[in-house]
Amino acid sequence: MLPAVFLRAQGARRVEVRHPMLDNPAMTLPAAVSERLATRRGRVLRERVIEFVLFLAASLSVFTTLAIVYILVSESVTFFRQVPIIDFLTDTQWTPLFDDAHFGIMVLVSGTLVSSLVALVIAVPMGTIIAIYLSEFTTPGIREFAKPLLELLAGIPTIVYGYFALLFVTPILQWLIPSLPGFNLLSAGLVMGIMIVPTVASLSEDAMRAVPAALREGSYAMGATRLQTALKVVTPAAFSGIAAAYILGISRAVGETMILAVAAGMQPNLTWNPMEPAATITSYIVQVALGDLPHGSIGYQTIFAAGLTLMLVTLVFNILGHMLRRRYRELY
Amino acid sequence: MDTAHIREIRSVIARGKRWDLAFAIVGIVCLMIGLLTVAALFVDMAVKGLPRISLEFFTNFPSRRAESAGILSAWVGSTLVMVVTAVTAVPIGAAAGVYLEEYAPRNWMTDVIEINITNLAGVPSIVYGLLALGLFVYQFGLGQSVLAAGLTLALLILPVVIVATRESIRAIPAAMREGSYALGATQWQTVRYHIIPYSMPGILTGVIIGLARAIGETAPIITIGALTFIAFLPSPPFQPEPPFLSFEWLFAPFTVMPIQMFNWTSRPEAAFQVNAAAAGFILVLMTLAMNGLAIWLRYRLRRNINW
Repeated sequence: MLPAVFLRAQGARRVEVRHPMLDNPAMTLPAAVSERLATRRGRVLRERVIEFVLFLAASLSVFTTLAIVYILVSESVTFFRQVPIIDFLTDTQWTPLFDDAHFGIMVLVSGTLVSSLVALVIAVPMGTIIAIYLSEFTTPGIREFAKPLLELLAGIPTIVYGYFALLFVTPILQWLIPSLPGFNLLSAGLVMGIMIVPTVASLSEDAMRAVPAALREGSYAMGATRLQTALKVVTPAAFSGIAAAYILGISRAVGETMILAVAAGMQPNLTWNPMEPAATITSYIVQVALGDLPHGSIGYQTIFAAGLTLMLVTLVFNILGHMLRRRYRELY
Repeated sequence: MDTAHIREIRSVIARGKRWDLAFAIVGIVCLMIGLLTVAALFVDMAVKGLPRISLEFFTNFPSRRAESAGILSAWVGSTLVMVVTAVTAVPIGAAAGVYLEEYAPRNWMTDVIEINITNLAGVPSIVYGLLALGLFVYQFGLGQSVLAAGLTLALLILPVVIVATRESIRAIPAAMREGSYALGATQWQTVRYHIIPYSMPGILTGVIIGLARAIGETAPIITIGALTFIAFLPSPPFQPEPPFLSFEWLFAPFTVMPIQMFNWTSRPEAAFQVNAAAAGFILVLMTLAMNGLAIWLRYRLRRNINW
């Protein structure tokens, strides 16, 4: 019988390996061997215990997910006992800490969607163009230089981008558009877009590089130019990976917190105009957390309801992305 | 073929090449816009912040007067939180990675774990903050402490460490395992003496990238309720009298670098914004250095591997 490792390499289930000598009662073992084999039980037990401990470490991710869902849902349930879901979805005011409390989540959702849209208008075209350029146009030398640089940019803390949006980009925008207020979604969204570009570019480039060279060669052999090959052969073939990159970009935009908390103001404002200040789901959570809200109060519960909404928005985009990927998956 | 026809073909080719060139230029411009924006960010912070950076900036507590305010409590807090994060995330992440690559049977449970890890990597960081607020701060009663923050960030970077571990284990050829098994080693002995040592550089890369992300994370730590103004340090971990080690610092209130920067950025006074620039410059240098180290390590390893 083959050792387990071979069978696993062939994709089979793990099998118990047992020495053939042990199954033969007629076989008399030399004393030295039987003594060594006597430790086998303890060794097997130890192996099992270690495997179980490693399994626990791996399953921590499942517990994390369950804990996130449990915490968000359980706190939200107490919240929705006091606030009807219809009000939550249709009210046009968000004033949870006022005496005249209103809980219209759309106010925060609008801020999140507008800023994310601004970010995507920057990040998707720029990221895709950079990916196509790096994957199809440039030399391996430049690619080897540019890819790590992009990864480096993706690692800059978002609070730094927030500082940049508020104290560098906003003054420039105000010089271009004098009526722009000091806090606005536009500047935060633009900087957020620049922040997401490396993610989109890097992942899309990986997807394009994974397209088999034979497809490109076929296209070139038919007399297509580089640009035609890139846009009509490589991009469609890699689209499922590119869509995954877009989805990750959207998730990052929707979940981005500090840029918006710093540069977009934290004033709840139901608007679809990026030139206005507005709070987003995330910046509202930060705002509440900065204050001193007692555990169990309605204000405390709103941030969990907001968090649940954020998770659901992210989930919707992920499901859309999944459907998109299935629809356009190319098999080769 | 007449010359008019050939001329037409040549013009088609020339047009194609012009488009290629145009797109290449657009590509370079996009790349440059990205890079120049970040360069502008860096230069802006350096110009405003560098004059402010001195020894006192590192040894002073935050203050109401911008000129004498420093980042002592912030960098000490960041360091302590990172220690908790690393101590928790590295063993758990490496163990999970080893389990998934070396032990996991192919069944639905393994699939669930793998899908979970992928999904967790996409969960917004502020949601981890809410999880920690509900679970660590209130249900476990850890309060707004270094320990709660460290554990939160550990959960946040676990997927990064797990993925890095798995990738570097996958790069180890099967012959290594087979050689070990052939000599009679058990599975754990093989993992302990072969798999883990060989994949160590890869795991290390993942850990550094994860910590570089954790050190810049602001939102989850604000969400668990870290204070923005701390003018004292947690009790030191080493003490002159027995038992010499103290773990009181784990439960101390704290602040971290990005929160200090956020606090200074959101003040209207220009003098505090200079402080924010200085703190941001140090923060960016730290993350860039860590990421740079990890990337250098990875590219070096990729070149030097010859099994």
